[in-house]
Amino acid sequence: MIAPPPAGPVPYEKDYALALLADMLRIRRMEEKCAQAYGEGKIRGFLHLYIGEEAVAAGAVRALKPEDNIVATYREHGHALVRGVTMNSIMAEMYGKREGCSRGRGGSMHLFDAGVRLYGGNAIVGGGLPVAVGLALAARMQDEARVTACFFGEGAMAEGAFHESINLAALWRLPVLFCCENNLYAMGTALDRSESQTDLCVKAASYGVQTLKVDGQDVVAVHEAAQEAARAVRAGGGPFFVEFQTYRFRAHSMFDAELYRAKSEVEEWKKRGPLHTFSARLKAEGKLTEEAFLALDHEANAEVERAVAFAEAGSWEPVEDLLLDVHSPEGRP
Amino acid sequence: MTTMSYREAMRTALREALAGDPRVFLMGEDVGRYGGTYAVTKGLLEEFGPERVRDTPLSELGFVGAGIGAALGGMRPIVEVMTVNFSLLALDQIVNTAALYRHMSGGQFSVPLVIRMATGAGRQIAAQHSHSFENWYASIPGIKVLAPATAQDARDMLAPALADPDPVIIFEHAQLYNTEGEVTAERQADIRTAAVRRPGTMVSVVTYGGSLPKALAAADQLAADGVDAEVLDLRVLRPLDTATILASVRKCRRAVVVDEGWRTGSLAAEIMARIVEQAFYDLDAPLARVCSAEVPIPYARHLEDAALPQPAGIVAAVNAVLGR
Repeated sequence: MIAPPPAGPVPYEKDYALALLADMLRIRRMEEKCAQAYGEGKIRGFLHLYIGEEAVAAGAVRALKPEDNIVATYREHGHALVRGVTMNSIMAEMYGKREGCSRGRGGSMHLFDAGVRLYGGNAIVGGGLPVAVGLALAARMQDEARVTACFFGEGAMAEGAFHESINLAALWRLPVLFCCENNLYAMGTALDRSESQTDLCVKAASYGVQTLKVDGQDVVAVHEAAQEAARAVRAGGGPFFVEFQTYRFRAHSMFDAELYRAKSEVEEWKKRGPLHTFSARLKAEGKLTEEAFLALDHEANAEVERAVAFAEAGSWEPVEDLLLDVHSPEGRP
Repeated sequence: MTTMSYREAMRTALREALAGDPRVFLMGEDVGRYGGTYAVTKGLLEEFGPERVRDTPLSELGFVGAGIGAALGGMRPIVEVMTVNFSLLALDQIVNTAALYRHMSGGQFSVPLVIRMATGAGRQIAAQHSHSFENWYASIPGIKVLAPATAQDARDMLAPALADPDPVIIFEHAQLYNTEGEVTAERQADIRTAAVRRPGTMVSVVTYGGSLPKALAAADQLAADGVDAEVLDLRVLRPLDTATILASVRKCRRAVVVDEGWRTGSLAAEIMARIVEQAFYDLDAPLARVCSAEVPIPYARHLEDAALPQPAGIVAAVNAVLGR
C-alpha cells in the first residue's frame, strides 16, 4: 500500500520548493505546540492533529487560487494555515479567545475565515460535502470561475453524504474538487474493515468523475495532482476526485490509546514522513542546506511562539454576549 | 382581493420570488417536470427554466446541504423537501450545518436558506407519511420556523422568509392545500407575530397549521352553545410570539392548546410551560391540550381520525377547562 519513493528531480525552483517545505514545517511546529498546550490545559475539547499528513494540505491548498472555496474537516489546522489564516488567529481560536478566527465559538474543529474563503472546520464526518456542492452550484449559477475544494477522510466515503454529494456534483457537472485524505483509519476502524471496495478511486469513478490516486506523503506528487485536477475542474470538466494516500502519525485525538494499529506500522510509515523525505530530496538536489533547513525551522518556531503569546494575551468574550450570532443582527428575533 | 387556494397562494409567492430576484431558485424532488407532489410548483419550470427550477435526485441530505452551500455562495435557494417525513434524512444538514454555521464561524457565515415542506396527517397515508415534527425544528436555536395556515399567510410569509439572513423552515400542512381564502394584493403577514383568527373572551384556543381549521370549527360549535372562544394562530413556531399568547390567555383566563404533534414533548407542552411560568396567577383553571394520541398514525380511517386532534375533542377540552 505504501507507494515507492518518487522518481526524478523536484520540478520547482528553489524558492517555490522551500515554500512548500516551510508550510509543512509551520503546520508541524504549530501542532506540536498545540499538543503541548493541550497537556497544559490551555487547549481543551477535541484536538485532532494532522502530524504526518502535512504534505496533503501544503501541496493541495497551494494549488488553489484565492477566489476558490475550501471546505474542510475537523482535522483542518493545516489547511487553514496554508490557506492564509494567520497562526495567531488559529492559536487564539484553540485557546477559546475572542481574537480567534471563529471568535472562540468554534475551537479546533471549527476554523472559519471568510477572508480566505475557508468554510470550516466541519466536525460531522461527510457534513462538508453537500455544502461544497452547493458552493459550486452558486459559483456556476453566478458565472464565477471558482473551484470548490472539499477535503474529507476516507471514512466519509462510507457515509451517504459522500454518495449523494458526488452524484449531484457529477450529474450537474459542478466545479468541485473532491480531496480524499486516505489515512487508512476512520478513527480506529481500518479501511478494509469498513469498506467493501477499498480502492477508493474505483468507488468515485462509478459516478462518472475523473480520478487520481496520489502518494500523499510526497508533497510534489500532491501538488502536481492537485494542480492537474483543479485545472480540469476550472476548465469545466465537472468534478474531480483525488485520493491522497497518507498516514496519521499521532493518535486520532487526545483520547486515543491506539489499540487498533501496530506500533511497527506507525514506525514504517514514519520512514516516509513528508518533512524529512522532502528535505532529503532537496538537499540531494542542492536546493537545501542544513543551515537553510534550520533557519526555516527557526522561523516556524518563532511564528509559533508569537502565536502562543498572541493567544495568551487574547481576551475572553464577555458572557453578556453569549447569545450573539445565533441569528444575524438584522434577523434577530 | 382574490379568492384562491392555499396551493395557488404558495405558488403565487414562489412565482413572485423567482421573478423578483435572480438569486432565488427552487430545488427539490419532482418540483419541475412533475409539477410538485402537491402541485404547488406546477408551471414554474415552464416559466423560469431548469436552471432555476431544479429537479434533484432523491437525496434529501445532499440537496438540502447543497442548498446551504448555495446560500453561503450568494444565492437565495428555496429547497422543497417533499414532506417532513423525508426531512429526517436531511436532519444532519439542517441541524448541524444550517442552524450552526453562523454561530460556530463567529458570525462570519450566515445561511439565507428557505426550506419548505409539507407536514401532517389526515389523508390515510399511514405511519411513515403522517408525521408532525414542527416542534423538533422549533426547538433549535439558529433557525426560524413558520407554519402559515391561511392562503393569505401562504402568499405573505415566503418573501420575508427569503429576506431573512438566516435559515427559515416553512411547514405547509398537506390538508391545507385545497382550502380557499381571500388574499389581498398587499402583504398582511410578517414572520414575527401570531394572529388572533377569532376574537373571544372565555377561553383562548392556541393552535397553528393544519389544526387551525379544526379549532375554528370547534369555536363555531362552542359559540352555538354560548361559549365565546378566542382562536389564536401561532403562525411563527420559532421564535414563539409569547407576548401575544400571554395577552390572549390573560384576557380569557383559560387556555387550551391544540397541536397535531404527539403529546409528549410537544410544542403544546412548551406553550403551556410558558403560560404557567409567566401567567400562572392570571389563570382561573388548569390548562389543557389536545394533541395526537401516542401511537404511530394508523391507516384505517376511523383509527386515524381517533389519533388526531378533532373539533369534538377540542370542544370537550374547552368545556372541561370551563367546568361545564
